[in-house]
Amino acid sequence: MRISVRVNGDEASGDVEPRLLLVHYLRQTLGLTGTHWGCDTSNCGACTVLLDGVPVKSCTVLAVMADGHAVTTVEGLATSDGLDPVQEGFMQEHGLQCGFCTPGMMLTARALLDRDPDPDEATIREAISGNLCRCTGYENIVRAIRWAAGHPAAEVAKEASL
Amino acid sequence: MTTTERPADSDDLRSPAGNPLGFGRMLRKEDARFLRGHGRYVDDVVLPGMLHGAILRSPYAHARILSVDTTAADAHPGVKAVITGKTLEGLNLAWMPTLSGDVTAVLATDKVRFQGQEVAFVIADDEYTARDALELVDVEYEPLPAVVDARHALDPDAPVIRDDLDGRTDNHIYDWEAGDAEACEAAFARADVVVAEDMIYPRVHPAPMETCGSVAYMDKVTGKLTVWTTTQAPHAHRTVYALVAGLPEHKIQIISPDIGGGFGNKVGIYPGYVLSIVGSIVTGAPVKWMEDRSENLMSTSFARDYHMHGEIAATKDGKILALRVNVLADHGAFNGVAQPTKFPAGFFHVFTGSYDYPAAHCKVTAVYTNKALGGVAYACSFRITEAVYLVERMVDCLAFELKMDPAELRMKNLLRPEQFPYTSPTGWVYDSGDYPRALAEAMRIAGYDELRKEQAERRAAAARPGADPSAPLMGIGLSFFTEAVGAGPRKHMDILGLGMADGCELRLHPTGKAQLRLSVQTQGQGHETTFAQIVSHVIGIPPEDIEVLHGDTDNTPFGLGTYGSRSTPVSGAAAAVAAQRVKEKARIVAAAALECSVEDLEWEHGRWYVRGDPESAKTMAELAMAAHSALELPEGVEGHLDASVVYDPPNLTYPFGAYICVVDVDPQTGAVKVRRFIAVDDCGPRINPMIVEGQVHGGLADGVGMALMEVIAFDSDGNNLGGSFMDYLLPTSMECPSWELGMTVTPSPHHPIGVKGVGESATVGSPAAVVNAVLDALGLRHADMPFTPAMTWRAMQGRPMRPDLAIE
Repeated sequence: MRISVRVNGDEASGDVEPRLLLVHYLRQTLGLTGTHWGCDTSNCGACTVLLDGVPVKSCTVLAVMADGHAVTTVEGLATSDGLDPVQEGFMQEHGLQCGFCTPGMMLTARALLDRDPDPDEATIREAISGNLCRCTGYENIVRAIRWAAGHPAAEVAKEASL
Repeated sequence: MTTTERPADSDDLRSPAGNPLGFGRMLRKEDARFLRGHGRYVDDVVLPGMLHGAILRSPYAHARILSVDTTAADAHPGVKAVITGKTLEGLNLAWMPTLSGDVTAVLATDKVRFQGQEVAFVIADDEYTARDALELVDVEYEPLPAVVDARHALDPDAPVIRDDLDGRTDNHIYDWEAGDAEACEAAFARADVVVAEDMIYPRVHPAPMETCGSVAYMDKVTGKLTVWTTTQAPHAHRTVYALVAGLPEHKIQIISPDIGGGFGNKVGIYPGYVLSIVGSIVTGAPVKWMEDRSENLMSTSFARDYHMHGEIAATKDGKILALRVNVLADHGAFNGVAQPTKFPAGFFHVFTGSYDYPAAHCKVTAVYTNKALGGVAYACSFRITEAVYLVERMVDCLAFELKMDPAELRMKNLLRPEQFPYTSPTGWVYDSGDYPRALAEAMRIAGYDELRKEQAERRAAAARPGADPSAPLMGIGLSFFTEAVGAGPRKHMDILGLGMADGCELRLHPTGKAQLRLSVQTQGQGHETTFAQIVSHVIGIPPEDIEVLHGDTDNTPFGLGTYGSRSTPVSGAAAAVAAQRVKEKARIVAAAALECSVEDLEWEHGRWYVRGDPESAKTMAELAMAAHSALELPEGVEGHLDASVVYDPPNLTYPFGAYICVVDVDPQTGAVKVRRFIAVDDCGPRINPMIVEGQVHGGLADGVGMALMEVIAFDSDGNNLGGSFMDYLLPTSMECPSWELGMTVTPSPHHPIGVKGVGESATVGSPAAVVNAVLDALGLRHADMPFTPAMTWRAMQGRPMRPDLAIE
């Protein structure tokens, strides 16, 4: 099937098998290996990407379902102005260790902050409860997202340019 | 100190980039690539012409293979090769040695011995095609009765699992003992109180977020084999491949790129790795194999599976006299434990724990069952997790019988600071510790007395007529752990005959920038940052100027890898010693450059200067350039500034800690909520406090997972009931509380920079604290974890379930 997907702002199109999973389309067809695969069953969230701004687990989305939609992966988080505040927060608060869950975790966080710019700890914990992390015990991930909430994009970009 | 007050940086000196010139909080160098999705994991490796392999696995726990027909699979479009046990027999590769002196099947030939065992390997143009073709491999099985319950593995009529081994007539692997049985007997005879308890540390799985896999390419022109693989021990893997397959070791390059978590799961060599190599040899193309999550949970190294019977003896006022334990160890179908050769039960015999008593004895009997192999994995410090769980549960059982506060009982029996170095009843020499201080600190952070007061009030309220039946049951649990990490001294410790010393190379470039080459392999622990800080601590050059190289056997010195919390204790010491040697060589160069004798030089962080004349000085960067220049050096002193070290640790290091957990149990559902968790860790000086805290956080989540939800159980046919993340539950952000950390600092006297290692501490120490808290809430002496709502509910009704079997 021929599909056309807007990935990180760029148009991608081509023929895919109807059964091809979005995660494999991103990783193998487009070479965007920042999206990871972890479980097959939508439990772990390592493959989380944003589909029209909403977090989805790309291991349970077919590539053809993304036809005509916009996908954001971790490669699309940073802009020419610098890192997204979520990325900066994960670094500042040591919100990552092995880095495998990190892309999905950060995209989930980005979507949360887009709809709730100032979430409390309980809201953050609920928002990331579909993303498993085996390294951090979640503590510093929660702090990283709080950091991002306290440092809007403009401010982070300004500091980066100094 | 709590986490809300960030620890002060130990080194006030700052680099141009603002990093500490040594120890202190420093953001991680490796984060830059991970944050942008530029990490490179094995599954990200793509080579020209690369093919993809998939493994056909046994649906049965125990069955004879009557035939394997690959005709249809071979004919499937896109399939390049189908490899079976028969193919491998022709190459003498159907079996391979395990890390414990046994053999295991690469692909089954005669029988399958656990559900999920490897039977055939299909190589195709892409992964989808390879997996399609698995359906077309026709295997005829004759199912056999399975040995599922370890407690019946030695029954006279139990099916013999390992009939591949000559003369084998039962499922017994070994008996192993430590300690003094007679001294124990005498101590028990004079005890006022003896408490016995049976407990299971159930089979769990490390389940790193990245599953296991490899990409192998045998270049037939050069004869070079390159394997990108998920390994915590690249050098050990290279040597094992050389030994197993007869490949020349100098033509093997193992690359472990970024690793998505290990926790012990990526120490062993799995059939899939070998099959990707065989596949590349057969097809002439690079072959990638990545397992899926079910394959990871069902076939790769599990952890624990210890059935323990403990007995503790004490005086009536709570002085412990002796502890003894009998263990039935379920090793699965092959003995594939990864641990030092002389210790078949790992370091379990450190089970006397953190307490002062003269007599202890343990006996471990290991058996085969129709389950996957493994046993030492999941951040267990070579079975110290099981040991700590045993002793910390037994101490709580004793407190229960004595009706004594478990904190008071522990304080009464903890080793005292003046007893260190302390030789334990089973022969371990604990290097240093101040245990009462750590426990007191944990109790202070927790507000222990207030917690007990609150608990008493809640219990009183619940006992009143008309009390709210849904009011949560509050429980407070403690644990105190002592670890033995940093394996290990060469004379005592080896794996497959390879001593556990670590190599390390430090090289300063002419401009004063450095490269540090390590044998250990990070899986998220932050080595690229921490090891740069170790070198910076010793020679004073900025950590951002030190590139840490690891994970590629062609570019790093030999060593046995990262597990058992050994990186900082062993390779960290190697790095510190290498830096010390560079510093001393720089002193000679400085003497030549400043035209003085080396005795006249004094060290100030980052530079040598002439005593009494601080202006006459050379920085490390200047000395690096001088060492590479035409400067005349004393006879016998070669130029350049570098050092190569092999560090053989004189002893293990012994980190310790005190943990307190507070839970609320819903009396109407059995659901357990961890309200608070306080962890005071002493791992010696903290190189990077931020990273240390992160390591502790992760381990605490592991403890909550194992205590409350993680278990791989089996039904009576040997079907694995934990084969996906829908069944094998990991803790999420909702089950984890906000951790409250504290610290004490007791340096190791024998480590060059005093550090002890921390990677596994919290995983080792925390499960007992959670379990003790749940049982305290329920008012029970013992029930087995994991305390899922169902398990907790049944325990509350006085009808506890076994966690490991789905049969009553």
